[in-house]
Amino acid sequence: MGVSSLDPVAQKPPGTSTSDRFKEKASRKWKEQSIRGLLFLSALVSVATTIGIVLILSKETFGFFQHVSLAEFLFGTKWTPLLEPRHFGVLPLLCGTFLIVIGASLLAIPVGLTSAIYLSEYAPDKTRRTLKPILEVLAGIPTVVYGYFALSFITPLLSKVLPATQVFNALSASIVVGIMILPMVASLCDDALRAVPDSLRSGAYALGATHFEVSTRVVVPSALSGVVASFVLAISRAIGETMAVTLAAGATPKLTLNPLESIQTMTAYIVQVSLGDTPAGTVEYQTIFAVGALLFAITLGANLIAHMVLKRFREVYE
Amino acid sequence: MSSFAQTTPSNIEKRRRQARLFKRFCQVVTWSGVVLLAILLIHVSRQGLGWLDYDFLTSFPSRFPEKAGIKSALVGTVWLISFTALFSIPLGVSAALYLEEYARPSRIKSFIEINIANLAGVPSIVYGILGLAVFVRGFDLGRSVIAGALTMTLLVLPVIIIASREAIRAVPSTLRQAAFALGASRWQVTRDHVLPSALPGILTGVILAMSRTIGETAPLIMIGALTYVAFTPEGPMDSFTALPIQIFNWSSRHQEDFHALAAAGILVLLVVLFAMNGIAVFIRNRSQKGN
Repeated sequence: MGVSSLDPVAQKPPGTSTSDRFKEKASRKWKEQSIRGLLFLSALVSVATTIGIVLILSKETFGFFQHVSLAEFLFGTKWTPLLEPRHFGVLPLLCGTFLIVIGASLLAIPVGLTSAIYLSEYAPDKTRRTLKPILEVLAGIPTVVYGYFALSFITPLLSKVLPATQVFNALSASIVVGIMILPMVASLCDDALRAVPDSLRSGAYALGATHFEVSTRVVVPSALSGVVASFVLAISRAIGETMAVTLAAGATPKLTLNPLESIQTMTAYIVQVSLGDTPAGTVEYQTIFAVGALLFAITLGANLIAHMVLKRFREVYE
Repeated sequence: MSSFAQTTPSNIEKRRRQARLFKRFCQVVTWSGVVLLAILLIHVSRQGLGWLDYDFLTSFPSRFPEKAGIKSALVGTVWLISFTALFSIPLGVSAALYLEEYARPSRIKSFIEINIANLAGVPSIVYGILGLAVFVRGFDLGRSVIAGALTMTLLVLPVIIIASREAIRAVPSTLRQAAFALGASRWQVTRDHVLPSALPGILTGVILAMSRTIGETAPLIMIGALTYVAFTPEGPMDSFTALPIQIFNWSSRHQEDFHALAAAGILVLLVVLFAMNGIAVFIRNRSQKGN
């Protein structure tokens, strides 16, 4: 690169007056400012999205509560908004979601944490480089595929082992939701465990601890905030999971803790209504916003708890 | 901690055995994830491979399983992804540039950051509700490709912003300082130096975000992507269907043949996803070698 190209003054044709240079400087400043403004507006789109979600949900939910009392919605034990006689108690939907989340967590949390311990504490580098991408693939499979897998593989398998299994059941759906959130638990826990400094491990080894004792009594407790946060985030994802539970768990809102029965989750209800043609402004239409608002509030709460756990209980090393 | 301080040589064998057993246990549990993935792929292939042929790719859906295909779903997905990319990539990269290169630490900046982190955790069906109320009903776009793409844009925006920010942050600050020292303005530094060196990282993130969009089903059902479509969209205002919607529709039927069709559709979807992921990994590896 020649020296002249680096010097802006040298490039000016002879005879350029000082006022021209001033003008150019001003226009450059104006251009810089407008680009900054444009980029700022793009960043504001995300804020507008949040405001949009909150406004839309609260507007239609407000309309919903003109027809149904808050007490009936929160404490009613029957959910039949599409059939006469109508009942608007959200508890059966909450119960369905709860059942799925429990089942999924029972699978994903122990398996995910164990995998993370293996990946960070035991696996040789080469194995790690093979396993991580496989887990990523598992995480990237669309949820509708898991729904199909539950319906056509897991449910037939279950009904062979447990004859009481219904065609649509909570167990099958919660197994695939568990498989779905497993990579998330494994990968987030792995990050947390690897962040624990080696000096802690060396200290424990020096005291005569075995590899097992170092992993379970030193490394995992030291990374507890990250581990717990990953559990909460995974649970939040299981709550919002839609397609697998719509396909495999059924469409029967029911207050039951029997995982072999057909149930309905909050998300599956929203899909059920939107598959039909429900005109805007009716109570049926408003129910999806009320249920959506509850779903949004619960997942937001879970995410905030995860952030709080990370912030408040983080052990700071060095 | 106290327990291993008190240990005596007499139990060391037991503890060693315990440690070996634990290692085995961890190994088995971890590899079971791989086995699960293998079972899933084998099951889908066994069900679907027999139905996967040229006619399947070029036929419209039908009441008769033998005649049914995914032409409209495939074309619909291409329309949807193209428009989603058109809207979400410039917006997401701009937002990331603002947060990394322009914004000084301030309340507004941290508010936007918290906001993006929270949006990334909002269930996709909630975006569907937003799209239904704002784009389909509010802007009166109907159940069109454009309404779907706008909804998907809001959904992937946090993913693109987060990935782009990471790529931009990885650009060494010496590069910026050198350009500033030569008198370049902030935008010149950003456009001519930061963006080109962050490009492979941004591209990787964008491709992964798009592959996520291809598989999203719930928001599309919410905004009313049709489940039976025997035509391909001609323009952005046309109604449409998409590959995951077609898979959902076939999976929810009772006849076995439709389940096999769903499996064949899943195979096509997975091939597309794996190809996109492969491209992303290829770009990442190549750029890492270059440095």
